[in-house]
Amino acid sequence: MACIEARGLRKAFGKTVALDGIDLRVEEGRILGIIGPNGAGKTTAPNAILGLTPYQGELHVLGRDPWRERDRLMRDVSFIADVAVLPRWIRVWQALDYVAGVHPRFDRAKAEGFLAKTTIRQTSRVRELSKGMVAQLHLALILAIDARLLVLDEPTLGLDILYRKQFYDSLLNDYFDRSRTIVVTTHQVEEIEQVLTDLMFMDRGRIVLHCSMEDFEARYLEVMVRPEQLDAARALKPLNERQGLGRSILLFDGIGRDRLSALGEVRNPSIADLFVAVIGKHSGQAQGAA
Amino acid sequence: MSTQSNAIPQSALASGAGNCNQISIARRVYWSVKREVWESRSIYIAPLAVAAVILLGFFVSAIRLPAKVREASGMTPLQLGDMFAQPYDIAALALMAVTLVVAAFYCLDALHGERRDRSILFWKSLPVSDLMTVLSKATIPLLLLPLITFLITVALHVSMLLLSAAILLVSGQSLAILSHLRLGIRWIELLYHLLIGHGLYYAPFYGWFLLVSAWARRGTFLWAVLPPLAIGVLEKILFNTSHFGELIGDRFGIGGSNSKASGMLAMIADSSGLSSPGLWIGLLLTAIFLFAAVQLRRRQGPV
Repeated sequence: MACIEARGLRKAFGKTVALDGIDLRVEEGRILGIIGPNGAGKTTAPNAILGLTPYQGELHVLGRDPWRERDRLMRDVSFIADVAVLPRWIRVWQALDYVAGVHPRFDRAKAEGFLAKTTIRQTSRVRELSKGMVAQLHLALILAIDARLLVLDEPTLGLDILYRKQFYDSLLNDYFDRSRTIVVTTHQVEEIEQVLTDLMFMDRGRIVLHCSMEDFEARYLEVMVRPEQLDAARALKPLNERQGLGRSILLFDGIGRDRLSALGEVRNPSIADLFVAVIGKHSGQAQGAA
Repeated sequence: MSTQSNAIPQSALASGAGNCNQISIARRVYWSVKREVWESRSIYIAPLAVAAVILLGFFVSAIRLPAKVREASGMTPLQLGDMFAQPYDIAALALMAVTLVVAAFYCLDALHGERRDRSILFWKSLPVSDLMTVLSKATIPLLLLPLITFLITVALHVSMLLLSAAILLVSGQSLAILSHLRLGIRWIELLYHLLIGHGLYYAPFYGWFLLVSAWARRGTFLWAVLPPLAIGVLEKILFNTSHFGELIGDRFGIGGSNSKASGMLAMIADSSGLSSPGLWIGLLLTAIFLFAAVQLRRRQGPV
């Protein structure tokens, strides 16, 4: 069964189209990264999935309509939308008590075990914690919920690299198993590169690219082209060309490693490189058309 | 695909989904109300602080009590009761006034504060529906604050009574005078007045404030007060009448009427009681306001 299934999903705020009729299918047990520039609709998509906003088109999450069946859905779905949204007045023990009081799938011992590894005291109020500690607390609460789908919307924005690293390590080691699905949106691509099973780029309310990480590694290759091979390389229609260390670096889609290795040194591009290539091209075309 | 679909029941079993998949509505309401009390500590701190000030004032004035008792020797029991009950009634009135103010500001902030500090994104990630959230918040002014007011008033009255008794005993006078206070009847009347008047009759005000709190992006107080004021002014200009103002004034008056403890029992039987259609129209209006607030909370994110 697909965890998330969307057909013609559309959402507009006045004249601004945030989701422009997207089709999407996410199987259970995947970790999907949604990456896009600001205003690409990558926050609206999770909001629709979580039933936080009405939409047009067809959308099913765990077999339910998230807008109409939100109350029921929230027993199986949990999410972190944005950093530091925990109420500032709440004390750590109150947050634990409350979530344990209302959530049937909350494992308090697990949350406390997670908190024990941090320097957060149960008597502290959220307003007394640093931004990184608030994120740790929120993660501790969410990871202790046995949900089938976890949606993370920019969960580490503004945190320093140590917290970001810890955040994704905990997510993978303490939480993820093959029965859960995780959707994470971010524009900090580097940290989640190793975490994902699936990759999606969004721009202007459209999905520009959606593939598994296996596909990503198989399809996209980057070549540091030797100067004398440059014309031959350009003839293969690279997605993107940039300069690095005095050499031209060309990014190709779907051209075999054997063929490319004749042109220069071949390597796998990072998600960030591919993102720049795909979104840059996409934006360029859009601007050219406009 | 098959391994994925097999994995679901396993994880469900591991979490003991069979028995823990349900949390009773009562339990979720309990925790929702409890968190309101955690957040808005003013709902008990404010009346407690006022009670402390009143007790201090009473203590200072009670030093003259023995002299007053001597002066009052010629009075009828009814006059005595009125005279010595006055501080008790003033104390009850002051506590009612402060909890009304607390209720108004609580309602104005209840659905706005969570959008302002973005915590609505956390609350909405838990399986507590918008309906349950709004109703839990409405419980505070409708039920919890009247009960808190009652309990603190009773505690204050008892403290005042003990203080008076101690002072009379020290000055070697009889305690008989205190029996004219009829505190038991006063408390029954007070409880009825708080639950029916402050809880049910004022319900449309709370409902309106909660609706404004769910709707306004900023300036909740102005949005709560100005539109009714504008309706009143418009009505005056267009028709030279003031029905709307009277309607609101009457409603506030009924809820607050008979605050003078004497004759409060009479109110139970008269038009301001439970059988009055006005009460039920008000409650219907409250339900409409709260329903609108639920719909707004469903759609609105942080401001």
